[in-house]
Amino acid sequence: MRFHFKTSYDQDINLFIDARKAVSYGLLVAAAFALPFVIDDFYLGEATNVLIWAIAGLGLMLLTGQTGQASLGHSAFMALGCYATVLMIEAGVPFLLALPLAGIITGVVGALIAIPALKLHGVYLAIATLALAILADDIIVLLGPWTGGVNGKIAPDIVIFGQALNRWSNPVEWYYVVLVVTIIVTLFYRNLLRAPMGRAFAAVRDSEISAQAMGVDVARTKTIAFGLSCAITGVGGAFMGMFAGAFNNETFNFLLSIQLLMMIVVGGLGFIHGAFLGAVVIAFLPQLLSIVSDTIGGGVAIPGLEAAVFGGILILFLLFEPMGLYGRWLKIKVFLELFPFARKDMFKRQKSYLKTERLR
Amino acid sequence: MSLLELQGVTLKFGGLTAVNNLTLKVEEGEVFALVGPNGAGKSTVFNLISRFYTPVSGTIRFDGKDLLKLASHEVPSLGIARTFQNIELFHQATVLQNLLVGRHRHRQASLIPQLLHLPSVRSEERAHRVAVEEVIDFLDLQPYRDKLIAGLPYGVRKVVELGRALASQPRLLLVDEPASGLSVEETQNMRWWLDDIRRQMGITVLMVEHDMGLVGKVSDRVMALADGAQLALGTPAEVQSHPKVIEAYLGTGAISKTANAAGERV
Ligand SMILES: Nc1ncnc2c1ncn2[C@@H]1O[C@H](COP(=O)(O)OP(=O)(O)O)[C@@H](O)[C@H]1O
Ligand SMILES: [Mg+2]
Repeated sequence: MRFHFKTSYDQDINLFIDARKAVSYGLLVAAAFALPFVIDDFYLGEATNVLIWAIAGLGLMLLTGQTGQASLGHSAFMALGCYATVLMIEAGVPFLLALPLAGIITGVVGALIAIPALKLHGVYLAIATLALAILADDIIVLLGPWTGGVNGKIAPDIVIFGQALNRWSNPVEWYYVVLVVTIIVTLFYRNLLRAPMGRAFAAVRDSEISAQAMGVDVARTKTIAFGLSCAITGVGGAFMGMFAGAFNNETFNFLLSIQLLMMIVVGGLGFIHGAFLGAVVIAFLPQLLSIVSDTIGGGVAIPGLEAAVFGGILILFLLFEPMGLYGRWLKIKVFLELFPFARKDMFKRQKSYLKTERLR
Repeated sequence: MSLLELQGVTLKFGGLTAVNNLTLKVEEGEVFALVGPNGAGKSTVFNLISRFYTPVSGTIRFDGKDLLKLASHEVPSLGIARTFQNIELFHQATVLQNLLVGRHRHRQASLIPQLLHLPSVRSEERAHRVAVEEVIDFLDLQPYRDKLIAGLPYGVRKVVELGRALASQPRLLLVDEPASGLSVEETQNMRWWLDDIRRQMGITVLMVEHDMGLVGKVSDRVMALADGAQLALGTPAEVQSHPKVIEAYLGTGAISKTANAAGERV
């Protein structure tokens, strides 16, 4: 086990706790940039897909993992981010402006919706946001003249500094665009966590009562979390729609919300790593399933199989590994570092106090 | 003018009058203790000051300002911090992070600078850490600094909660049963800390405590409550020997044991 000897407060504030961490994350980013030289276009497309899921997942993670608010409505915000980006591009706004603008629009709309919605708690909030996701489907159809309704829209090329990047013919450039946005979003996320706002999120998640007693405006904090979450997920949605080449109301079906939630739970709630691990799972699970059903089912498509498997995995993780894959990895790491001194009950949760008695 | 003034405050939970026309004045610089049997309304008084509840009648003023005009998250900005009887920490965060939340009322950076981690944010963070580190030193929390609350023993959590309140550098500190569930040694520490909080830091303390030994040692004035109303008010010795107090405690056995402890000092 390594001990971090702290020599100044800056070590806690810095992005990385020590040089070793900084080097390993630096290498990871370098590897990500080198990826196009190593793998072919098909797998590069898969990698792009993973990053897009990770962006969308980081958005929901901020809300659910950091602030403790569930949302099953994030497919609606992915849709909003996507339509906003594409409509702006069609209206002549350059991509580099349209994408962040779409994020901001999605964030503001999300925050406005959050003001009434966040008065609800737990499962009621989940149901209300799910209703929103289902409603979004209809709204997209109703707004047919702008959204293309069920016929959908063909995604335009990304144009950066006059350079048109087509989703099919420029996979490498596309990958880099998504990678850079992923890194920016991750940095924003990390910056938030080491600032008062990130701590206010955690405070609201863990105890609204004492958050208030410490001066945290709970309603405002939740609203900001929801807005930021929607903004990030909106950017993820924009990439997802454009990466698909064409998109319609079905692309942002409410099932997408459930997949997104499954992804962050499986990856590990409250961890940035969790969003990435979850993204890998979610991006490759459909492939895995089709291989399995090809060999076992003789290629017969089983309707609803994917949704059922996603749901099943979600339930299994909630029951047996609520800290997700990243939580599992942390435990394995501690186990290896302490070997052979690890104790079996080391990760048992402490019994918490009865909530109804809290204020007395 | 007293630092904190409750004037004729009444609060009802349905048919139950938890606080009954209570008048309470805490002077700047003193340690004031609220005692009384379970259900007397002591914690409810704290929750009224925290603005979790709104009284049906009466006024609550802090430093002359009307607290009833504020929402509960606005109360700390006046310089009021508190702990909870049943420990309310942020359990999935570290001790350091918990204490840093105590700094919330001193934060300055708005959202965009935080997202970008501008130099102003960094220097603000440094200042917060200096303040928190002082609290960590004061309460000997160094060994637990980077530990998650979820894995800490009860006694340490109690100290962390006190630390979180201190990190906000309050003028008035409300502590709800600081010694409950603590060992003899931990209670002893708590006593020194409360003394230092008042003497060195100049913080006024309003305390709810059952341990009359502790109350006798640290507090200047004591009010005994029963059924939400004042039973007696005075020095610890006066209150303990008050016939009504003895009557209210009779059968609980609490007074006989603890009266001696307090008696030693006075
Ligand atoms: N939120 C609440 N809802 C209903 N009754 C409450 C609530 N909080 C406290 N009470 C009741 O008010 C009375 C005073 O409680 P409390 O202030 O917690 O007493 P204590 O002096 O032990 O701290 C008790 O009878 C308690 O049951
Ligand atoms: Mg109480």
